[in-house]
Amino acid sequence: MVLVTILALPLLGGTAIAVGRGRRASAWVAVATNGATLVLGILTAVRVVKDGPISGAWGVLRADALSVFMVIVIGAISLLASWLGIRTMAREQELENGSSVRSSHYGMLVQAFVGFMLLAVLAANVGVLWVAVEATTIVTAFLVGYRRTRGSLEASWKYIVICSVGIALAFLGTVFVYLAALHAGGHSAQALDWTSLMAHAHRFNPSLMRFAFALIVLGYGTKVGLAPMHSWLPDAHSQAPAPVSALMSGVLLTVAFYAILRFKAVTDVALGPGFARTLLVVVALLSLALAASLLITQRDYKRMLAYHSIEHMGLIALGAAAGIRLAIAAVLLHILGHGLAKSVLFLTSGEIMAAEGTSQIDGVRTLLARRPALGGVFGVGLVALLGLPPFSLFTSELVMVRAEFEVGLGWAAVLAMVAMVVIFIAVVGHARHMLLGPPTSSHLPAPPPRWVATPLIGGLAVCGFIGVFAWPLSGLLEAAARVVAS
Amino acid sequence: MNGSSYSSALTLAAGAVLVCAVAILWLASIRSVIRMVAAQGMALGLVAVVLGVHLHDAGLLAAAAVVIAMKGVVIPVLLGRASGGNSGSRESRPLVNVPASLVASAALIVLAFVTGRSVARFVGTTAGALVPIGIATLLIGFFVLVARRRPTFQIVGLLMVDNGIALTAFLCTAGFPFLIELGVSFDVLLGVVVLMVLSQRLRIEFGDVDLDELQELHD
Repeated sequence: MVLVTILALPLLGGTAIAVGRGRRASAWVAVATNGATLVLGILTAVRVVKDGPISGAWGVLRADALSVFMVIVIGAISLLASWLGIRTMAREQELENGSSVRSSHYGMLVQAFVGFMLLAVLAANVGVLWVAVEATTIVTAFLVGYRRTRGSLEASWKYIVICSVGIALAFLGTVFVYLAALHAGGHSAQALDWTSLMAHAHRFNPSLMRFAFALIVLGYGTKVGLAPMHSWLPDAHSQAPAPVSALMSGVLLTVAFYAILRFKAVTDVALGPGFARTLLVVVALLSLALAASLLITQRDYKRMLAYHSIEHMGLIALGAAAGIRLAIAAVLLHILGHGLAKSVLFLTSGEIMAAEGTSQIDGVRTLLARRPALGGVFGVGLVALLGLPPFSLFTSELVMVRAEFEVGLGWAAVLAMVAMVVIFIAVVGHARHMLLGPPTSSHLPAPPPRWVATPLIGGLAVCGFIGVFAWPLSGLLEAAARVVAS
Repeated sequence: MNGSSYSSALTLAAGAVLVCAVAILWLASIRSVIRMVAAQGMALGLVAVVLGVHLHDAGLLAAAAVVIAMKGVVIPVLLGRASGGNSGSRESRPLVNVPASLVASAALIVLAFVTGRSVARFVGTTAGALVPIGIATLLIGFFVLVARRRPTFQIVGLLMVDNGIALTAFLCTAGFPFLIELGVSFDVLLGVVVLMVLSQRLRIEFGDVDLDELQELHD
C-alpha cells in the first residue's frame, strides 16, 4: 500500500499542475508531493531496515533497503528540482506572454519523469525496471528539447537515438538473463523477479550470463553516461532547462546504475565476482580518463558540470567493481552526495545563466563580488563536488578507495586518484575565473529571493551534514549494501 | 501443425524479417522504406503466431496481435504521415552507398551466425536455431543508424534494432510475460512518436536536413 502511495504522489503533483494549468500555486503542490515522497521514503526506510523487504500491488512492486534508499535520493533531488522549477516555469510564462500552456506541459513532464524513476527502483521485476527506464528516456527527450533552439533539438535527437539503442541492448541482455533463468527452472511469470533471479542464479549458464551482463553494462551504461557510450550526456545536460539537468545528472544516471548493481549481484552469484569486476573497472577508468581530458579545455560551465558527472559515474562504477559490502555502502553514499551537490550546482548554474545571459565560462567574471549568494553557493557546491571535507563525497571517496585496496584494485584506485587530481586542478582553474576578482562596478544586482536560495543552501547543508554525521544513514546503508554486495 | 511444417513456417517468417532488413539497405525512397519496415513488423508478428500456435500459448498469440498492430500498422502509418510533406524524398547521399551497404550486410550476417551459434546451441530448439537471424537483423539496424543520414532513416534503423531484439526474444524464450511485452511495445511506440515530433521540429528549425549537418554542439 505504501509503495503504491509513493508512486501515486508524483502523479498527484502532475495532476495538480494539469488542473491548475501551470499556475504558481499548482507548482507548489507538486513541490509538496515530491517532499512527501521524500518523507514517505524515509519512513519506509525505517520500516524496511527493521522488518525486512515489503511488497505491494500484487507483487509487482517490491522495496528492499536498496530500493528505499534510491526512493530517498529521488525524493530529495526532485524536491529541489521542482522547487527551482517554479522559477523556470515563471520565466517560460514571461517568454510566452503570460500563456501557461507550455509551462504546465513542462511541469507535468517533470512529474512523469519522477514517477517513472520511482517505478524503476520499486519494480520487483527486472523487465518492469527496463520498461520504466526506457520511459524516462522518452519523457526526458521532450524536456531536453524543451527550448526548441537548434542546440537543444540537436541534443535531444542525439539523446533519444543513442539512449534508445543503448537501452535496446540492455533489453537483449535482459532477454538472455530470462533465457538463463528459464533453463535453470524458473517459472515463466516470475522468472525475472529479483528474488527468483537471486535464488536460481547459481544454476545459470555461465557463458550466457557473461554475454548478458556485458550487454547490460553496455546498455544501461549508456544511460549512466559511462565512457565510451557517454557522447549524448554533455549535450543533453547543457541544453536542458536547469531543473531537468539537475534531475538527469543527480538521479537519472544513478537510477540506471541501480539497474547495473542489481544485475551485477545476479552475475556475481552465477560467475563469481571476477567477470563483472573486470568489465566495470575498464569502463570506470575510461570514463575517468575521458572526463579529465575534456574538463581541462572546457569553455561552458554547464558542460563542465556534465563532464564532472561522467567522472563521478566512473568513481561509482569503480566502487561497485570492488563489490564488497563496505564498497557498496560507500557507492550508495556517493550516489546521494553527488546527487545533492550536482543538482544544487545545476540549479545554481540555471540562475547564473538567467542572470548573466551566457553559459560560457569566459562570459562570467567576478561572480563572488557581484552576486555573493549565487557565487557562494556555486563555489561551495564545487568544493563539495571535488570531494573536499566536510561534505559526504569526501567520506564516500575515501571509503571507496580503502575498499578498492582491500580487494586488490589498489592500482585502479591510484589511477583514479591521478584523474581526480587533474580534474581538481582543471575545475579550480575554471572556478577561479568565474568567481574571484574585484567587482567591475559598485552597483550590486539584487540577490535571488530567499525562497530560491533556501533549497540551494539546504541541499548543500544536508550534503555537509551527512558527511560529518553518517549515523542517521548507517543502518540503511548497511542494509542496502547487503542486498547486492558480493 | 506437424513438426516439419512448423519448422518451415517458422524459418520462412524469420527469414522474411531478415530479407526486409536487407531490402531496406537497398531502397532509397523514404516511402518504400516505411513500407518495408511495416512488412518486417508483420513478419515478426507472424513468427509469434507460428510459435503461439505450435506451443498452444494464448499469451504469445496476444503478443503477436500487439506486434502486428503496432509495428505492422500503427507505427508505419504514423511514420508515413510524419514524413508526408516530403514522402517522395530520398536518401540522396548516404554515407555508405548501396552496393557497399549490401556487402556490409553480408559480412554482418556472417558475424551474427558466428556469435549467435553458441546461444542457438544453448537454446537447443528449432526456434533457437534461428536466433542468428534475429542478431543479424539487429546488426543491420545498427548499420542503417550509422550509415544513413535522413531523420526518417534513423527512426527506421531504431525500429530494425528493436525488431531484431524482439525476434531474438521470441525465438529464445517464446516471448516475455505478456504484461512486460505490452509495456515494451508501448515504450517503442512512444519513442517513435517522440522522434517523429522531434524530426518535424528539426525540419522547421533547420529546413530539410541531413543529420550530420547538425553541429551546434561540440567541445
